[in-house]
Amino acid sequence: MGFVTPDYGTIFWMVISFGIVMFILKKFAWAPILKALKDREISISEALNSAESARKEVAGLIASNNMIIAEAKREKVIIIKEARDIKDRIIAEARVQANLEAQKGIEIARQQIIAEKDSAISDIKKQVAELSLMIAEKVIRKQLENPKDQEILVKDLLKDLKLK
Amino acid sequence: MLTAEYNENTMIQIIRPLIFIIFAVFIGTGAVCANEDTVKSEETEHAKSFNAGKYVIEHVSDAFEWHIATFGETHISIPLPIILYSSNKGWNIFMSSRFHHGHETYNNFRIESEGQHEGKIVEVNESGEVVSLPVDLSITKVVAGIFVSVIVLLLIFLNIAKTAKEHVNQAPKGLQNLFEPIILFIRDEVAKPAIGEKKFERFMPYLLTAFFFILINNLLGLIPIFPFGSNVTGNIAVTMVLGLFTFFVTALNGNKHYWKEIYNPDVPWWLKFPIPLMPIIELSGMITKPFVLMVRLFANMMAGHMIVTVFISLIFIFNSILGVKIGLGVSVISVAFSVFIIMLDILVSFIQAYVFTLLSAIYFGMATSEHH
Repeated sequence: MGFVTPDYGTIFWMVISFGIVMFILKKFAWAPILKALKDREISISEALNSAESARKEVAGLIASNNMIIAEAKREKVIIIKEARDIKDRIIAEARVQANLEAQKGIEIARQQIIAEKDSAISDIKKQVAELSLMIAEKVIRKQLENPKDQEILVKDLLKDLKLK
Repeated sequence: MLTAEYNENTMIQIIRPLIFIIFAVFIGTGAVCANEDTVKSEETEHAKSFNAGKYVIEHVSDAFEWHIATFGETHISIPLPIILYSSNKGWNIFMSSRFHHGHETYNNFRIESEGQHEGKIVEVNESGEVVSLPVDLSITKVVAGIFVSVIVLLLIFLNIAKTAKEHVNQAPKGLQNLFEPIILFIRDEVAKPAIGEKKFERFMPYLLTAFFFILINNLLGLIPIFPFGSNVTGNIAVTMVLGLFTFFVTALNGNKHYWKEIYNPDVPWWLKFPIPLMPIIELSGMITKPFVLMVRLFANMMAGHMIVTVFISLIFIFNSILGVKIGLGVSVISVAFSVFIIMLDILVSFIQAYVFTLLSAIYFGMATSEHH
């Protein structure tokens, strides 16, 4: 067989075999294989897309979380500041109040002390007067036990009671 | 379209001269040695001289039996079915072992060993004269090789299809893992750019079948053990059928624009009338394309097989001229070169399958393109 002249027997079998193999492979191999490749590509691209969107969602969540945290921090600062202010104000108020109360107490006490002192003084004065009267009475009584003394006294007294 | 052809041609141009230089050098020396061999054998009357030319041609040609080995006078070969139809005797189907390696006549049929019908089966009459040439649809070595590769192809790809169906949307497994990148390469790097996103799917089954048919046959042809090693893609009938398939697929899918470019291209009127110069050129181009596909694949594969056989036959040439010691010495170099050429052939196997598919895809793309 000359190897550059195509042999019709070989051509005959080649056409049949190649035709059949192409038909079988087209129907039972290339169709499912190419479909599987395409399906996988689609599913991979879908998975990538969903992963991307999930990533974006997570990023959004993180951003909003951060915002919330920042907000909370700011609020905390404000609340603490407010609380401190309130505390300071209350303390200051309390101090003023206490001062006032103390002042009032002191004032009342002073007034009471003054009143007591006055009454005590007047009491003492009264008692002193009474005592001195009693003493004077006793002294006088004693001195005037004898009529001579009484005469002297009257004389004295009359001496003092000079007409002017 | 010219640039695409140019690109792939440059690639081929890198490899082909390399092969042909080696080829030319060694065929040259082989022929010289063979001549010396015959001269010497005539001188010494050595009956069993080594005929390198015959040896090489026999190894790359088709045959009616699948020769495996010869020990002395014993030929070990697988007989193949002979299918003949002659107007005198109707259908005749028998095994090639009936011919006893072409030495005997069976049922008035005989393999011609010389003359006009050398290598063909002829019908002879009682006195041994050639009566007619029967229609020969025998399962020759090449046809058997085609069947083997078809079985291999079906086994591989039906298996992959099964895996693909069972493991939907999962990572590829096993054989699928090996072939999917190649399928993807054909789809994304060959079919899509050459044909276009819209239409490439229609041509994918043919492109994939052609690619893997050529690739598997190229590679199996390099394995020198039965049931492989049949030089299928180095047979011009096989590559002719492949070329014709591409031709018919192109012609059947050609659109209006494609046919208009052939029969009525946009050239000055005097190129079309009175002598239809351009249509003739375009038509010849249409036929040249599949012809080039046929010859390229055939020549590359044939050359590869030939060079390997030539290197191996060098051992026997030196052995018969200069003796056993020189033969053994040469065998080291010959085997080393053979290994190198086989390595090159593995590369060429891929390149040729790729080139055939790429060019087919480009032709399909040209036939279906809407505009320039």
